[in-house]
Amino acid sequence: MTETFYDVMRRQGITRRSFLKFCSLTAAAMGLSPSYAGTIAKAMETKPRIPVLWLHGLECTCCSESFIRSAHPLAKDVILSMISLDYDDTIMAAAGHEAEAIVAETIEKYDGKFILACEGNPGLDEEKTGGMSCIIAGKPYTEQLRHAAKHAMAIISWGSCASWGCVQAAKPNPTGATPIHKVPDLGNAPIIKVPGCPPIAEVMTAVITYILTFERLPSLDRQGRPKMFYSQRIHDKCYRRPHFDAGQFVEKWDDEAARKGYCLYKMGCKGPTTYNACSTIRWNGGLSFPIQAGHPCIGCSEDGFWDKGSFYDRLSGIHQFGIESNADDVGIGAAAVIGGAIAAHTAVSALKRTQQKGDQES
Amino acid sequence: MTTMATKPHSEPSVYVYEAPLRLWHWMNALAIVVLCISGYFIGSPLPTMPGEASDHYLMGYIRFAHFAAAYIFAIGFLGRIYWAIVGNEHARQIFLPPILSSEFWDGVLHEAKWYLFLAKEPRKYTGHNPMAVIFMHLMMVWGTVFMILTGFALYGEGTGYDSWQYTMFSSWIIPLFGQSQDVHTFHHLVMWVIIVFAIMHIYVAIREDIMSRQSLISTMISGWRMFKDGRDVDDLH
Ligand code: HEM
Ligand code: SF4
Ligand code: SF4
Repeated sequence: MTETFYDVMRRQGITRRSFLKFCSLTAAAMGLSPSYAGTIAKAMETKPRIPVLWLHGLECTCCSESFIRSAHPLAKDVILSMISLDYDDTIMAAAGHEAEAIVAETIEKYDGKFILACEGNPGLDEEKTGGMSCIIAGKPYTEQLRHAAKHAMAIISWGSCASWGCVQAAKPNPTGATPIHKVPDLGNAPIIKVPGCPPIAEVMTAVITYILTFERLPSLDRQGRPKMFYSQRIHDKCYRRPHFDAGQFVEKWDDEAARKGYCLYKMGCKGPTTYNACSTIRWNGGLSFPIQAGHPCIGCSEDGFWDKGSFYDRLSGIHQFGIESNADDVGIGAAAVIGGAIAAHTAVSALKRTQQKGDQES
Repeated sequence: MTTMATKPHSEPSVYVYEAPLRLWHWMNALAIVVLCISGYFIGSPLPTMPGEASDHYLMGYIRFAHFAAAYIFAIGFLGRIYWAIVGNEHARQIFLPPILSSEFWDGVLHEAKWYLFLAKEPRKYTGHNPMAVIFMHLMMVWGTVFMILTGFALYGEGTGYDSWQYTMFSSWIIPLFGQSQDVHTFHHLVMWVIIVFAIMHIYVAIREDIMSRQSLISTMISGWRMFKDGRDVDDLH
């Protein structure tokens, strides 16, 4: 008999009531109408479970941490039972040769039918790493990744590491860390990016639930992210937005405005440039999110967010012009130089002109 | 060749800038001033407002001023392109610098010498001098295109996925730069490029009005170019 996600969940001790709750929460998170909760439940009950191979490259495990720390016990159980079943070297019980055997077995048994979940990315700089970075079971991660990718139905790039490169790819990127979609020789499986450092747990499950329920990949934007979670900026749905529009800002930490919960724009909030679902789905089972806790968004789901200057400056650092400069410093500097040059030029022009006039008159 | 000295004489003026072009020039100048001021305060907002959020809409008004001026700037540019096609030859000048003509580059060199106080006398032009053509082409054509493209890409992020601004601009410009933050940074940097250009433009217009052999500022108001001597013009045509 083919195993369904529902079977797995029941085996983990999840009640039917909790299961149905999960289905309606997921439908809501995906922006579907409540009637879809039934469609999702049916798919989870009847369709064979999608095997998921979870591979770890260069990363910090924050993506795994994100969902096992989910405050919602139900969500946690569901996520764990959905994703970690086949292979996840951080949280699986198997170890050593046994664990590696599972990878080979999954790839063989579900050839072209499993989802490859990538947390982290490979270091591709052969010169500096000697091609031997991130060794798993005696082989570079790159090999494991390439092998699995060629047999996968789809690849999910979990988190900013797999999606964009994240901290290990920040300048100067010593190992040549490369996001999954830029790794050469990976085969043709479609890649879904679920960026964030880490991504929101509910977003992670919803992506897999969607694939199971509708038997197709969620529609992606130009950068390969599921539109339903990444089509709006934090700023577009931020509950502090009225303070932004009113011009009410936190000017420094712990000032009166900070206590009143004003907008964090001047503290470097990257909400206006960050596509993620934090301001709608929030974190830890919808409890809060960084801005609600009084900290500006650092733009963790955006490409290269480590290299844009301080997290606490609104304007990006432009290091070509000195360590601490931004667009305004550069601009004001240039305008001052031009102003000075013009003043000097005016003086010389005036001088020349009086001279010439003198010449003409004599 | 007439070699008249700068004795008192009367000289026919030439009508160079037609009314739509002059109107565009001054509207565009005003739009740019509004865009620079409001843009600066979008990047570095004014000190925080006291009281209830519902009593204020300061950032909202500043952004509205930016977007309203942005539409005038962008639609004005489209109108300017139209006028370059249907207007007189001077309306086309800044769009098509004759970069393949050695005579043109000779003119640029002469103008550079004039500014370095190495040439005794500037040449005489009915249209723009060649150096001006280069600067105006770079700034008023490509600088404008850059600000409109990046500006509407940022604007489309606010109007959202289904908007025409998003489809036409944000959808490809944001990925081209990598992410939204870099689009903001370059949009902001090019503002300073435009400000530096504006400072030079105003200085040069005043200086040449005084020191060159033709009128400048009044020409952009009345459309008529006046000459200060009777010798031949050096324009290419
Ligand atoms: C001469 C032309 C322009 C100048 C000098 C200018 C200047 C600026 C500056 C300095 C900023 C702040 C950037 C930052 O640091 O975040 C800005 C933001 C912006 N500009 Fe412009 N801009 C111009 C044209 C346009 C145009 C044509 C549009 C099109 C609608 C536009 C739309 C925007 C938008 C949407 C923002 C972001 C607003 C926000 O974050 O709330 N700009 N502009
Ligand atoms: S706190 Fe950040 S995301 Fe929220 S309104 Fe202010 S700038 Fe936007
Ligand atoms: S609020 Fe911003 S920095 Fe924080 S988790 Fe969300 S996207 Fe990342």
